[in-house]
Amino acid sequence: MNITRRHLLLLLPAASVAWKYVLAGTPEAAPNYKLSEHWWGMLIDLPKCIGCGNCVRACQAENDVPDGYFRTWVERYHVSDYDIENPQVDSPDGGKKGFPPAKDVKGKNFFVPKLCNHCADSPCTQVCPVGATFVSQDGVVLVDPKYCLGCRYCVQACPYGCRFINPRTNTAEKCTLCYHRITKGLTTACCENCPTGARQLADLRNPADPIHEFLKTHSVHVLKPSMATRAKVYYNELDGSVR
Amino acid sequence: MNVFKDAGHLFRLAAVFVAGLLIFLVIRGFLVPKSFGQLGHYRANAVAEIAARPIKFAGHESCEGCHADVLDKKKNGKHAGVNCEACHGPQAQHADDPTAVKPDKLDTAVLCARCHEANAAKPRNFPQVDTAEHSRGLPCDTCHHPHSPVIVAGGAK
Amino acid sequence: MPGVDGFMYPNEIELQWSVLIVLYPFLTGLVAGAFILASLERVFQVEAVKPTYRLALLTALSFLLVAPLPLQLHLGHPERSYEMYLTPHRTSAMAMFGFVYLWYLMAVLVLEIWLDYRRQIVLLSQSSTGWKRAIYSVMTLGSTNISERALAIDEKAGWLITVIGIPSAFLLHGYVGFIFGSIKANPWWSTPLMPVVFIFSAMVSGIALVMLLYMLITWARRQVIDMKCVDTVARYLFYIFVIDFSLEMLDLIHRIYEADESFRSLDFMVHSKLYLSHIVVQIALGTIAPIALLGLTQVAKLSDIARKRIYAAAGCLTLMGIFAMRWNVVIGGQLFSKSFLGYTTYKMGLVAREGLLMAILLTILPFAILWVLVKVLPPWPEASSGSIPDAEPAR
Repeated sequence: MNITRRHLLLLLPAASVAWKYVLAGTPEAAPNYKLSEHWWGMLIDLPKCIGCGNCVRACQAENDVPDGYFRTWVERYHVSDYDIENPQVDSPDGGKKGFPPAKDVKGKNFFVPKLCNHCADSPCTQVCPVGATFVSQDGVVLVDPKYCLGCRYCVQACPYGCRFINPRTNTAEKCTLCYHRITKGLTTACCENCPTGARQLADLRNPADPIHEFLKTHSVHVLKPSMATRAKVYYNELDGSVR
Repeated sequence: MNVFKDAGHLFRLAAVFVAGLLIFLVIRGFLVPKSFGQLGHYRANAVAEIAARPIKFAGHESCEGCHADVLDKKKNGKHAGVNCEACHGPQAQHADDPTAVKPDKLDTAVLCARCHEANAAKPRNFPQVDTAEHSRGLPCDTCHHPHSPVIVAGGAK
Repeated sequence: MPGVDGFMYPNEIELQWSVLIVLYPFLTGLVAGAFILASLERVFQVEAVKPTYRLALLTALSFLLVAPLPLQLHLGHPERSYEMYLTPHRTSAMAMFGFVYLWYLMAVLVLEIWLDYRRQIVLLSQSSTGWKRAIYSVMTLGSTNISERALAIDEKAGWLITVIGIPSAFLLHGYVGFIFGSIKANPWWSTPLMPVVFIFSAMVSGIALVMLLYMLITWARRQVIDMKCVDTVARYLFYIFVIDFSLEMLDLIHRIYEADESFRSLDFMVHSKLYLSHIVVQIALGTIAPIALLGLTQVAKLSDIARKRIYAAAGCLTLMGIFAMRWNVVIGGQLFSKSFLGYTTYKMGLVAREGLLMAILLTILPFAILWVLVKVLPPWPEASSGSIPDAEPAR
């Protein structure tokens, strides 16, 4: 009985099984989820990103992110062929409303979505003085809003600028990789709503996940590899000027 | 003996410190959350609490359970890979109670431009237009069918 | 975006650590520095600085009592700060704070002051009346033994505590430097020199403060300033300041020579947004000027009056310079983007929980506490303790 259920979930990435538990809002009742069987990350297929901002809006709607703060955002890079080390970057309102026409159409222009990298060696959880933020056993960096002091040390320690203090709760906040969705068989709000498939949730511990084939066959990078954080958000065809 | 007598005040001080330490340990026993440390240096219950947050986007599988007709229209068109809520917005409440909660009507003149307005940073092969010149404010579904956006003879509506 | 030049990651625009977090290392630095000065007499047998010994201890205590307040006020949830004692996270430098602080407060400062004043406390508990008598009686812990043997034990115990106290003072402030120095995400902070620079700048500021306080209080009490004492303190201030300056220059030269990926961005910041506070106030007015003034007193034979004036000026400049140094570390480290593509602006509130008025209040508060402490435990020789003037020993 148990085995068939698990097989079902593997075969159908669909959430139909879990949906009734989703509506009930009781995660303990989502029966097929075991922490030790997952190791979450994400793939960003940059050549597919069109900078529509759907991910930013979806994230805000799903997670009630306050205006002016971002769990995910989109940057637009302009790289001149005469000065490739000094890109010009903009991200008006995090790309939430899309982007105005590029000022300079010469050179290279492209979009880069950003979110928490869910680092396995995360500098943010390292510095938390009380254990209010942590890497869960399934590889997601989470914040416990009932335990966070609001000392802001983690915000300082994140090399990627992914954390902020929610002005409503006065606690640290960040991308949870839609933990309330992925533990029920759904994908994240940003991936669900990306119209081009540029963002794909990846379960690195699941051998059937297409991420493994992708990593084998593509030129993939993480942001700021010199930080050695073992980031788990992989960028396909990442330009060297991106930081 | 005399040394002990003359250092008596130090023992009193040590007693104050020990009393303070004991009080601290007792208070600590009461205040540390029960589930703290079960999975790591954090409150294990926090994981379940975060997982229990409400869902806003139902996910396309939920939509497809009822709207099989739309799925049929989409599946061979250019928008086959675009999930329902990417355009229609978060519909978990609608999926929960389809009769009581109805999705809003969409304005294709605004909606389509989010993706298809021309921008130099978009991939070259992505279909994009200068809407001001292309449709001059007309809603896109005047000519295109949104679920399978080829041009429809005589208009989509 | 107002106040933003170039590109910041969107969550970086708002500064996380305010002027209160500038104040925090400044205050703890004064504590550590004042204690080191006190230990000069006790452990290193520098007899000349004896008149400042007790004053230095009381100064350290009053500043230490205030030091956690800016942290507390800045927390999003101050009511949860006890969690740092309950479940300290071993990998977090900040989690150490609660324990280092308590250790330093209770096991070092309070203990050393208590042992040093015990004879006086016992005498005062017998001679005073009313509520004062009650306070002193509690402070005796019910033991009135001030026999020669008991006092000799106290003397030995006090010496031991001072010996333990010196590394503790280094720990207290070195760890504050480590809080910043260990953040690899921030190239302005991330350097192994940070704790060392913090320790030396702490000694500089603490010694300068006690020197100023000693001169001011002695003048207010219409007593004669012990010039041998002040000269010695100023000489130590000069030596340590030279070491501190060398370390800071070493850091600077290293950064300029290595010129890593962050250099262009940081260099531009120092020459624009930080120019006034870093180049002008910290380096020129707050470091080079006082070192030059103190150096002058070392080489030239000057009259007592001239030396006093120079010491006063150098002390004030030093405190200003060290405060600017804390400002440039804490605020400067948040003005540039971790993308190295832009800069933001710090807007300090006036009447806010983390505003200017609060910062001023927290700076004055230790002096008020010191005033009370000096009343309760007079730091001067007991013969003159009856004639405490009402003049406030504030700056």
